[in-house]
Amino acid sequence: MADALSIPTGQPAAVPRPERVRRRAAANSTTRRGDLKAATIFLLPALVGFLVFYLWPTIRGVYLSFTDYSLLVEPEWVGTENYTRMLSDRVFWHSLLVTLEYVAINIGVQTIVAIVLAVLLHRLTSSSFLRGVILLPYLVANVVVALVWYAMADYNIGMINGVLGWFGVDPVAWFGDERLAIPTIALVNVWRHLGYTALLIFAGLQAIPKQMYEAAAVDGSGEWRSFWRITLPLLRPVLAMVLVLTVIGSFQIFDTIAVTTKGGPVNATRVIYYYIYDKAFTQYEFGYAATMGVFLIVVLAGISFLQLRLLRASESDLS
Amino acid sequence: MIADGAGRTPHRGRFRRMSPGRFLSWVVLWAFVLVTLFPFYWMLRTSLSNNRALFSDPASLLPVDFTWGGYRRVLGLSTAEEALAEGGSGASIKFWLYLRNSIIVATTITAGQVFFSAMAAYAFARLRWRGRDKVFFLFLTALMVPPIFIFLPNFELIKDLGLLNTFPGLVLPFFLMTPFAVFFLRQFFLNINREVEEAAMLDGAGHARIFFQLILPTSKAPMATLGILTFITAWNEYFWPLLVTDPTTDDARVLTVALGIFRSQTPQGSPDWAGLMAASLIAALPVIVLFALVGRRVVNSIQFTGVK
Repeated sequence: MADALSIPTGQPAAVPRPERVRRRAAANSTTRRGDLKAATIFLLPALVGFLVFYLWPTIRGVYLSFTDYSLLVEPEWVGTENYTRMLSDRVFWHSLLVTLEYVAINIGVQTIVAIVLAVLLHRLTSSSFLRGVILLPYLVANVVVALVWYAMADYNIGMINGVLGWFGVDPVAWFGDERLAIPTIALVNVWRHLGYTALLIFAGLQAIPKQMYEAAAVDGSGEWRSFWRITLPLLRPVLAMVLVLTVIGSFQIFDTIAVTTKGGPVNATRVIYYYIYDKAFTQYEFGYAATMGVFLIVVLAGISFLQLRLLRASESDLS
Repeated sequence: MIADGAGRTPHRGRFRRMSPGRFLSWVVLWAFVLVTLFPFYWMLRTSLSNNRALFSDPASLLPVDFTWGGYRRVLGLSTAEEALAEGGSGASIKFWLYLRNSIIVATTITAGQVFFSAMAAYAFARLRWRGRDKVFFLFLTALMVPPIFIFLPNFELIKDLGLLNTFPGLVLPFFLMTPFAVFFLRQFFLNINREVEEAAMLDGAGHARIFFQLILPTSKAPMATLGILTFITAWNEYFWPLLVTDPTTDDARVLTVALGIFRSQTPQGSPDWAGLMAASLIAALPVIVLFALVGRRVVNSIQFTGVK
């Protein structure tokens, strides 16, 4: 499902811890030689699901990217034609640019504000009620979130323009203005994802030993200084992980645009996801859509790799 | 200023030790809470307004010209004339049908995904077989592929199977597993005590009995958490249902897709905002209620997935 809830698995935790495996192997070797038969039965339904709905479509998608395919007749092999077409497709590059603008605003604002929120929660309260409230927008469908803000930012009846009117500001077409549409949508989704991001960071904060703050306080370090000298450096691995997750999620912006601007005005909000959707499901150019999908995979893998390298995610200062 | 005042009046116990910085921090935190909750209130306020009167006072904190009309229109309780009089489209909205569909789809996905993922997680966490860790790693790499990419061939498959506009078409890709669900449960299953399992084994219990009578009962809490997360994700899913259900037939249309269509049915360029907000609020309600009941569990699970 296209939701960030399903992303956090790409964690290092996925790699089995060697001691545990070894210990288990030792315990088992005396009683059983292997459970392949039982494992096959237990794994079968999930394996079928994986092969049919994950692995096969991925392989098929890569194949389709080298074909001309409209769903009606069999795919026709065209070599790298789709790829050369993509490189000279101005709408494609524009959609990539629009997506990058969205991601930059969305992730930039969201990360900074989420750090502030997480630190406030961490230093002020242990209330899980407050943490629950903060998470609430994340649990509501993208579609609902989009519609609420679409109503609040409406040109005529929206409360945002209504309030601005009190100060003599002319109404603003938040979703209808070519320059404002992407920042508006980016901020709407900051609202939805802020709590989730803050809670991920909050979990990282809880891993920092309290004694470090106490020691710093004894040495006369104030909250502000402790934040820059202790919190931020020690948070780096968690931040790297959070950034990878949220950036990947951010690139997949679709729902909000599909129910509000539908790519417009002109192409102002035609993000890459929406362009692929448009090509595949309104123009039935499945081959070309798959090509852009391959490109998207490469971009996301590259960005994740770079981020983890730059932020040296696996190294922790806490040892 | 207020913080100073509080500081100078030590007899007001709560504020005694509150420094100005700390007070300011609390103010900012409550501002966050306000911004978080305000749009929910605005949904309520707009849904109880008369759609025709909305533009006369867009910033009014209270419903404009209070009416239940929005809800009556959405739930099919008002006549076409009544609806038109309050700025509705007059077209009938089969809200109950979409609500039923959403419940069927989300419940089926949750039941299947949690159960089959638990079986797989058992094979990964408690059984020994060659290539286990390689297969598990392969499962996880599936998370790197953006959904839209695998949805293209999946759409093709569902179409070829003749399952467009059907519940199986909506449910199948999520029914048997998601990599996240398998990973989530595997983490818990790894920590179940080995000795109890071995004792059961010596008593002649097979894997099926161990799975159903030992593993599942001891993992009720993580299974419930996963169930909640899966239900919420399935309830909110928009993209896949949009692909496999047709705008012309609504037999299997779910709420999220219905909301999108409702929004684009705009008579004379002015949407039925009150009706739209009423529908949005009702669509969000199950998740909000579920969260109110078991919110703590969801909050904790996010910390689990994030850090462990």
